[in-house]
Amino acid sequence: MIHQYKNNGYNIVLDVCSGSVHVVDDLVYDVIALYKECNTQEIIEKLPQYTPEEIQEACEELAILEEQGQLFTEDVYKDAIVDFKKRKTVVKALCLHIAHDCNLACKYCFAGEGEYHGDRSLMSYEVGKKALDFLIANSGNRVNLEVDFFGGEPLMNFQVVKDLVAYGRSREQECNKRFRFTLTTNGVLLNDEVMEFANREMANVVLSIDGRREVHDRMRPTRNGKGSYDLILDKFKKMAESRNQTNYYVRGTFTHYNLDFSEDVLHLADLGFRQISAEPVVATEDAPYAIREEDLPQLFEEYDRLAKQMVEREKAGQGFQFFHFMIDLTGGPCLYKRLSGCGSGTEYLAVTPWGDLYPCHQFVGMEDFRLGNVDTGITKTEVVDEFKLCNVYAKDKCRDCFARFYCSGGCAANSYNFHGNLLDAYEVGCELERKRVECAIMIKAALEEGE
Amino acid sequence: MKHVKTLTDRTLKSTMEKGGCGECQTSCQSACKTSCTVGNQTCENK
Repeated sequence: MIHQYKNNGYNIVLDVCSGSVHVVDDLVYDVIALYKECNTQEIIEKLPQYTPEEIQEACEELAILEEQGQLFTEDVYKDAIVDFKKRKTVVKALCLHIAHDCNLACKYCFAGEGEYHGDRSLMSYEVGKKALDFLIANSGNRVNLEVDFFGGEPLMNFQVVKDLVAYGRSREQECNKRFRFTLTTNGVLLNDEVMEFANREMANVVLSIDGRREVHDRMRPTRNGKGSYDLILDKFKKMAESRNQTNYYVRGTFTHYNLDFSEDVLHLADLGFRQISAEPVVATEDAPYAIREEDLPQLFEEYDRLAKQMVEREKAGQGFQFFHFMIDLTGGPCLYKRLSGCGSGTEYLAVTPWGDLYPCHQFVGMEDFRLGNVDTGITKTEVVDEFKLCNVYAKDKCRDCFARFYCSGGCAANSYNFHGNLLDAYEVGCELERKRVECAIMIKAALEEGE
Repeated sequence: MKHVKTLTDRTLKSTMEKGGCGECQTSCQSACKTSCTVGNQTCENK
């Protein structure tokens, strides 16, 4: 299976099952579309704009690529993933809901303004400690363990964050583990002490900001209804600089209200940020800010615009990273990782302030998905088994999608929220993901050309 | 090649040989919490 498309003047051919990417001229682009259905003579007849010699030459090059396993390769991975999924899974990453409370009242918050449709609550040190013990005990021979301090707003419980990091570090050597702590914050409580601590201990920090002031303030007001942009911006700038513009992201959510979101990404780049992420809001259609199917054409144009801008800025020495356009065509994750997806419900779990375990942060509060707690461990193993089977071959909508080795089947929570089961897919999200993969590859092609 | 420039130098199939160690980062721990983006994670076992 191949996926061929034109973007920003480039003719791109992705050989889906090998992951090979080819930039081709118009001749090969036209020939390749007919190559599998027609013989050379038929192609010559169907493409009178080219000479028979040219078409012959194109076919010869395509035959070489095919022979090298870089074109029209078969999907031979299904058996591999079945075996891989049968193995015993380990837990290697936790999303610790250190505070189910928040000092902002963001309108699109899937946590219901930080409370996850439950009571406001802060995680105690004791519960957090048990969570880290659970992680160590269930991580098998994995060395790298990841713990994200999430919320609500985790800095509302900063002392516990500090104590848990100290506890985790104290156990690394004896257990032969390495903790990678990360922090997601809205910035309201960010100060020099927090920055110094985060720069010492956090492998990554995610700083929530949506972009332009009016866009940010509309969706991210304080509890008394005022905007929060001015409260956080200088602190984020300082934090980004103090981390040498690496190992952090400023991360925004875009909605129906700012379909021109490339402006927001570029605004953040103009402010000096070099690591930027902006994600489409995920909300059902009844929410006024939800992304709708009819918004897609505009969003596609925005991704195209952003991609072109990034190429130009990179060439001018003013480049920045956009998380969803990052793609590693020569390294990147192995096939097993690509097939097994995000790991929710198996190697990645969320922990509530009172110690309940859920498949991921987005399932928190849904009783059917409460897997157990930090005292008992996982007791609802049948739900874990369901998540274990989530992979691109188990999903009808993914089986023939060209992007299946990049998104790995998409978000289980989105599938469940839109369709009531884990093995479906959220179509709007899929459309956007496909567009992002196309743009990411185009950027590679454009920068390669410049070299 | 005259008409084709290939940007990749390895295939997904070749990553099956020593892949699957599981040490790489979980995607939702990086910068996405609402959309699955696995393809841009870094391999820890090159």
